[in-house]
Amino acid sequence: MINVLKQQWKKENNKDTSRKHTAKRFKMKENKDKVLKISTAGSVDDGKSTLIGRILYDTHSLTDDKLEAIKNSSKKKGYDYLDFSLATDGLVAEREQGITIDVAHIYFSTPNRSYIIADTPGHVEYTRNMVTGTSTSQVSIILIDARKGVIEQTKRHFFINNLLRTKEIVVAVNKMDLIDFDQEKYNTIVADFETLITGSEFKDQNVTFIPVSALHGDNVVEKSKNLAWYKGLTMMEHLEGVRLEDIQEEAKARFQVQTVIRPKTEEHHDFRGYAGKLKGGELKVGDDVTVLPSGRKSQIKSISFFDQEYLAASEGSSITITLMDDVNVSRGDLIVKSEELPKESKNITAKICWMDNQPLLASSTYFLQHGVKLVKSKIKSITHKISTDATGEIEKVSELNMNDLGLVEIQLAQPLHFDSYNENKGNGAFILIDSKSNTTAGVGFWE
Amino acid sequence: MNEKVINNPLEDEAIYIFREVAGQFDKPVILFSGGKDSITLVRLAQKAFYPAKIPFPLLHIDTGHNFPETIEFRDQLVEELGLELHVHYVQDNIDAGNVQEEKGRYASRNMLQTDSLLQAIEKHGFDACIGGARRDEEKARAKERVFSVRDDFGQWDEKNQRPEVFDMLNGRIDFGQNVRVFPISNWTELDVWSYIQKEKMEIPSIYFAHKRKVFERDGMIWSAHDEYVFRENDEIVTEKIVRFRTVGDMSCTAAVESLAFDIDNVVEEIRESSISERGARIDDKRSEAAMEKRKQQGYF
Repeated sequence: MINVLKQQWKKENNKDTSRKHTAKRFKMKENKDKVLKISTAGSVDDGKSTLIGRILYDTHSLTDDKLEAIKNSSKKKGYDYLDFSLATDGLVAEREQGITIDVAHIYFSTPNRSYIIADTPGHVEYTRNMVTGTSTSQVSIILIDARKGVIEQTKRHFFINNLLRTKEIVVAVNKMDLIDFDQEKYNTIVADFETLITGSEFKDQNVTFIPVSALHGDNVVEKSKNLAWYKGLTMMEHLEGVRLEDIQEEAKARFQVQTVIRPKTEEHHDFRGYAGKLKGGELKVGDDVTVLPSGRKSQIKSISFFDQEYLAASEGSSITITLMDDVNVSRGDLIVKSEELPKESKNITAKICWMDNQPLLASSTYFLQHGVKLVKSKIKSITHKISTDATGEIEKVSELNMNDLGLVEIQLAQPLHFDSYNENKGNGAFILIDSKSNTTAGVGFWE
Repeated sequence: MNEKVINNPLEDEAIYIFREVAGQFDKPVILFSGGKDSITLVRLAQKAFYPAKIPFPLLHIDTGHNFPETIEFRDQLVEELGLELHVHYVQDNIDAGNVQEEKGRYASRNMLQTDSLLQAIEKHGFDACIGGARRDEEKARAKERVFSVRDDFGQWDEKNQRPEVFDMLNGRIDFGQNVRVFPISNWTELDVWSYIQKEKMEIPSIYFAHKRKVFERDGMIWSAHDEYVFRENDEIVTEKIVRFRTVGDMSCTAAVESLAFDIDNVVEEIRESSISERGARIDDKRSEAAMEKRKQQGYF
C-alpha cells in the first residue's frame, strides 16, 4: 500500500514541481550552501521593516500562517493595506509602539542562494545597533524617504558603512509613490548622495541607487510601471547579481586557536590538533608558520575538517590543523605564515564605538577581547571624539557616551598581534567588556 | 587527498560557536530532545571536536509524553557516540507538587519543562546550555543572541541584550548566571533538512510518512494517543498517512498529511511548503506573544 502511494507521490510531485518552477520564480532554492548577509539602515519611518516584509512577500517567503497573522494584525489596527513591518517586529513592545527596538534577523532564499537580513532599528541607539548589524553583513541597504531626501541620519549611516568598510551599498530611495514617482526629485537625491561619496575617505565601494515604493512593491522584486524612466535593476535583481568573490577582502591568513584537541585515545594517541576558524587568505599543508605570542616556528603538517584531510583551506573554514613540531600552543594563540607577521604591541590606538550606558572614561579598565583572546586593558586617554556625520569633525572630550565614536589610546596587560582593520577585518577588530557588568561595552577598530 | 576544504558558512559558524563554548565555559550541556534540530547539533559538535569525543553531556527534559520512537533513537545515539545523558522528568516535578499539570482540551506539559530545566541547571551547575533553537522559527526568537545570558532565575531580558559584533562571543557571566547558546541560530528549517540529507544522518522515523491513528481539531491533525492527549467524545479517530515536521511533546505537536517517505521527499516537501514549521506547534498559537512570554520565564 505504502509503496504504491510512494510511486504515485513521486509521479505527482515531479509533475507539480515543474509547474511551480515557472509560477513561483523565487520559491525554489538550490542547495548551494551560499549565503548573502545584508543589513538595513534608515531613520524612523523610512520603511525598513516594510521593505523587508515586501521582499518576503514578493519572493513568496511568507508562509500562509505568517501571512494570515499579518492580515489579522493589520485588520486589528484598522489598516486597509497589509502592514508588512509586522513580519519582522517580534517583541510585544515593538508591535505596540510600531517601532523596531532590537536587531532582528530575517531569512529567505531564492533559486540562487540564501539571504540573511539584519533589520536594525533606526531611532534611539542607532549607532550601536547599526554597527552591530553591519559588522556581520556583506551588503548594506540605506533607506531614504524620498520626501525628505538626504538627511543627517543618511550621512551617519553612510559614515558607519565606511567606518566598517562595507563594499556593497544599495541606496533605496523609498516612498516614491508619495512624490508621484518624480524623476527629477529622485535625481536630486542621488546627486546629494554622490556628494557624500566624493567626500568619503573609503573609496573601494560600489554604491547602487534604486527608486522604490516598499509599501506597494515598486522595484522591490518586480519592475515598476510607475517608474518606467528608471532603467536599472530592481532591488532583488541587483542583490541576486552581487558576487561574493567581488566583495570578499583580500587579506593575509590569520588562524586563531579556539581550542586544542587532544583525544588521548588508542587510535589517536599523539594527536594534538589546533581548532579554529581561518580569517583571511589561505593556509596550505607545508606552509612555514609562526605561533604567536611565543614566536616559535614550525610547518603545517595537516589540515582537516571533521574526518577528512585536505591540502588547503581558505577564509571562513572551521578547520583543525596539526604542526610538524611539538610546540606549545594554547587557546587564543595566533598561527600565521612566517613571512606575513602581524603587528605586535602593548600600546594600541583604535577607533572605539561605545555601546554601553556607562560612559567610557580615561584610566578605567576593561577586558579586551580580540577574536577569542581575552586580555586586561586600561584606557590611557581619549584622543578625541569623532563626529559620525559626513564631516568627521573631531572634538576634545573627557568621556565617550553610548553611540559615540572616538579615537582612544589603550594599554594592554600583554602584547597582542593584530592588523589594522583596513587590512584584515577579522584580526583588526575587538570588543571591550565591562569587568563589573560583563556586558559588551564597546567595539574597537585598530588604526 | 582532498584538495581544499569546501566552505559551508552555516556549518563553519556553528562549529566555531561550539568551540567557543568549549573554550569559555566550565560545564556546558547540550539540550537534547531527540528532534531533528538537536540531532543536527550533535552532528555539528562531533565535527567541531573530531577526533576527540564531544566534550559535553546531553540533557533531556522528559515530559513523559514523548513519541516512543524519539526516545529509542535518543538512547541509540547516546550509546553509539559514547556520550553521557542526563534525563530530568517533568513527572517527578508534578509528583513532588512543584508544578501543576494543565487540565482540559489543550492540556500540555510543554510549559512545565521550564521548571525542570532550571532545576537541572542548578543541580548540575551547568553554565552553558546549548540549544537547537533557530531565529527563523518564531519572531521573538529572531531577536535572540547566539550567546544569550540568563539570570539566576533563567529569565531572558530581551530589552537589554549584549551586542554581538563580528563573530566575537562574550560569554562572561557571574556565578549563578548561565548562558543559552544557539549554534544554528542562522539556519532555516530547509537548511536543517538539507543538511540531514547531505550528511545522510539518521533521524527518528516519525519524521517520515507513516500510518497513524489521528483525530482532527481546529484544522490540525492530532495524534490519537488518549493517555497523553485529551480528546472529546465527538472527536473521531481515523487512520491517516502523516508525518511530523517538528517533534515536541505529543500534546503540543500536530502532524501533517504527507507522503514523504524518505529524506529526499521531505526536503522537496519543505521547499514547496506554504505553512511554517511552528504553524504545527499548538503552544505558539495561544497568543501572539506566546514565545516571548515563555522565554522571559526561562524557556529556551
